[in-house]
Amino acid sequence: MQAFLDIFDIYLLEAVINGILLGGVLALLALGLNLIFGVIDVTWICYAELVMIGMYGMYFMVQYYGISYFVAAPLTILLVAVLGAALHYLVIAPLLTAPPINQLLATGGVLFVLQSFATVAFGIDFRNLGIRLPVLAFGEMNFSYARLLSFVAALVGMVAVYLFMTRTFTGTAIRAISQDRQIMALMGVDTRRIYLITSALGGALAGLAACLLVLQYDVHPFVGLSFGPITFLICVLGGLGNFIGGFIAAFVFAEIISLGGLFSDLEWGYVLAFAFFIVMMFIRPAGLLARRR
Amino acid sequence: MMGQGRLAAWGIGLAALVALPFVYRDPYHLHILVLILIWSFAYTSWSMMGRFGLVSLGHGGFMGIGAYVTALLWNHLGLSPWIGIPISMVAAGALALIVGYPCFRFRITGHYFVLVTLALSGIVLQVITATRDYTGGSLGYTPNRTSGNKLLALQFDDKTTWYLIALGIWLFGIVVWHWVDRSMARYALDAISEDEDAAAAAGVDVTAEKLKITLLSALMTALAGAIYCQYQMFITPDTVSGIAVSLQMVFAAIVGGLFVSLGPTVGAIITILLAETLRIGFGTKAVGWDNLVYGVLLVLFIIFLPKGILGSLLDRLKPQRKVPRAHEQEAVQIARPGT
Repeated sequence: MQAFLDIFDIYLLEAVINGILLGGVLALLALGLNLIFGVIDVTWICYAELVMIGMYGMYFMVQYYGISYFVAAPLTILLVAVLGAALHYLVIAPLLTAPPINQLLATGGVLFVLQSFATVAFGIDFRNLGIRLPVLAFGEMNFSYARLLSFVAALVGMVAVYLFMTRTFTGTAIRAISQDRQIMALMGVDTRRIYLITSALGGALAGLAACLLVLQYDVHPFVGLSFGPITFLICVLGGLGNFIGGFIAAFVFAEIISLGGLFSDLEWGYVLAFAFFIVMMFIRPAGLLARRR
Repeated sequence: MMGQGRLAAWGIGLAALVALPFVYRDPYHLHILVLILIWSFAYTSWSMMGRFGLVSLGHGGFMGIGAYVTALLWNHLGLSPWIGIPISMVAAGALALIVGYPCFRFRITGHYFVLVTLALSGIVLQVITATRDYTGGSLGYTPNRTSGNKLLALQFDDKTTWYLIALGIWLFGIVVWHWVDRSMARYALDAISEDEDAAAAAGVDVTAEKLKITLLSALMTALAGAIYCQYQMFITPDTVSGIAVSLQMVFAAIVGGLFVSLGPTVGAIITILLAETLRIGFGTKAVGWDNLVYGVLLVLFIIFLPKGILGSLLDRLKPQRKVPRAHEQEAVQIARPGT
């Protein structure tokens, strides 16, 4: 009995730590979506699909062209950033004055386009990078090195975005626009340029997430569906556009998924997360960190 | 409400639709018609909520529950769809209430509501895939062929029978749409979609009204899913549930036009014919091309024709008939979260 408890605790601890590691990547995704929402007031339903394209980008660069992972990663980030800017320029910009729901649905159409594009171009096979990173043994617990790397990289990415937002002129302009869209245009800030930069930044974050996720998961055209919904839940729970709320919510969700996956299948972890989300809506409907009015 | 002329037109149109399968028997075309009618019913169910600014992307979930619960009860417990369908509808309705109540009670509107419902349909897809021991996972699921009474099992080989069933269901959807359109609830919901606070101040029970329409819409969508399952005799998580199906419903309703009763039907005709033409045009070799073109066209539709085809046409035909209310001038207006 005692031995059983020991093992159990070790597994529990391992799951908790794995949850924290998973939370890093989820927080990165939530940050990108929150950034777009906070600044442009648009929700990219196809955000997870951008990540999927990025994962394919990594796969082809590393597997087919034999580019080293660390060279391919910046290229992928750049690729998805360009994709994000293009998405804004081609789809969102013509709809900026349209009702919000139309913008949302247009990005839903892009979701179709990206998924079927991946199906057409890459087929529906599951592919993986073929990089097997060592497993880190710590005591009796095993952690995948890939997860640790993802976590650190995600944190670095988030700190970089934070510094960009607070220390540069453009970042300040982005934050100002998220506070008041009309006034900033009168103050001489080119809102179109800022929107484009923000979209590229959101895309770059998706690209970074892609580089990290491709280490842990196989790529297929519908991979976006497996973490897209959870990202949306995180953003709503944290309060749309609320960066810190999203950050905390990401870790809460990651823990639930990880611990749920410990006792049952991973998919049931998602279901548990959703149930938790519904409960949280009763308790804190305006998001985790919302101030009570 | 309806003029004599319009009533007569409906009557003649319906008579022609009922008579059609007895005159024209091409099975492929009848199959397409059945699909159009079933999906029209689903899209109509969605639009009953959507027209009041309650944009739900969770309907794929309700439809999946309708289809899978019915099929599972039939295969595992031998429960006839005549009992299974009501049970599946109750399940979908219960889920709608569980998710809907906190949303409406705590004023989760706009983007928030869309994302919550979007996650809902994603989760239903995950559950169906996760319970692959029972549901067959992403490989799909087939209700057992009955060896006994076909009527009891709601399984017919005859396309004409299915056409008439689908027609009946579709008509039921249209009738419900008109019933809602003429009810007091419609005015209450119109008021809510314009301004929730003002509606509440005027004595409208915002939460209750929204819940009622959501429940109705979810029940009908589950019915559509069950009927689709009985007709096709094969369902996969991707064809009856998930985000793609939800988006497809919204698109079709928007393409057809949200604020006219036949709008979703027109949307279903257009989207299904388009998908079918593309599928045949590209053949089976090029998997995915049809969806690619479909997606691009949908994006273009939303950018250039946001009011929908039927909506725009009707506007052009009778511009002087009534002054459009503010919310009808745009496709759907959803309240922005308090900024």
